[in-house]
Amino acid sequence: MKAIVNISLKAGVLDSQGKAVHHALDSLHFNSVEDVRVGKQIVLQLNETDKEKAMAEVTKMCEELLANTVIEDYEIELV
Amino acid sequence: MKVVVLQFPGTNCEYDTVHAFKTLGADVEILWHKSETIPNDTDLLVVAGGFSYGDYLRSGAIARFSPVMKAVSSYAQDGGKVLGICNGFQVLTEARLLPGALKRNEHLHFLSKYHHLKVINNDNTFLEKLDKGDVVNIPIAHHDGNYFIDEAGLKELEENNQILLKYTDAEGNISNPNGSVDSIAGVCNKEKNVFGLMPHPERAMELILGSDDGVKMLQGFLDA
Repeated sequence: MKAIVNISLKAGVLDSQGKAVHHALDSLHFNSVEDVRVGKQIVLQLNETDKEKAMAEVTKMCEELLANTVIEDYEIELV
Repeated sequence: MKVVVLQFPGTNCEYDTVHAFKTLGADVEILWHKSETIPNDTDLLVVAGGFSYGDYLRSGAIARFSPVMKAVSSYAQDGGKVLGICNGFQVLTEARLLPGALKRNEHLHFLSKYHHLKVINNDNTFLEKLDKGDVVNIPIAHHDGNYFIDEAGLKELEENNQILLKYTDAEGNISNPNGSVDSIAGVCNKEKNVFGLMPHPERAMELILGSDDGVKMLQGFLDA
């Protein structure tokens, strides 16, 4: 099973990279963009077959290492 | 006075730090991160600047799990004095030994220049040689120095005199180079034995190199 972890800055925490990308898109005349948030994706190949256990394990990984919960949120998708 | 300077793969300010504390008359030793213990006679533990583990994942995030960090945590919890400079500050926030986090600089540039800092609180070992409101000129060199803490956390820092330094101009007016909340350049923990700052006092030890304001800062630890 694969776990896809998406990490992004929390709402309310200024995303400077997102702002810079937004600005660059504006200068390329992509005027339909209202907001840009830049995050990161971590893909984990797991040998766990039980979805519930995998979710619990990956959540622990996020809390301990993958995300800094002072400034970041994370979402886990199992596929 | 025994100072121990931590070295991770990617640390690059350990020799400057050793030189700075030797200049002040301390007995200094570098400790490789694989060590699971800290010398018993350590009076000050310094987490030096650099790019530990290439800043992979987040600055300081991997170093935080190095073997030595368990010993650092118990040393700090027992009241031992810890100073984190630049990447060391990032490591200490990741280890939750200091509140807040360091984000990418607001304008995304790597900043490397002298910057003025104002002393906000001096009721602590680190800045006791300085007066409140004193302005020092100290080099900064970072990409991820944008200090973040939420409103409740900021209030707590203010109430407990945990804000050490703020970025200012030469006159002491706020001048924020990197987007840090409240222009904060350095903080300490509530117990005032763990200190962290983005600027590099160890690089400001001799006038011929631009400033010797770092002497007054680091000296505080020596007379403790």
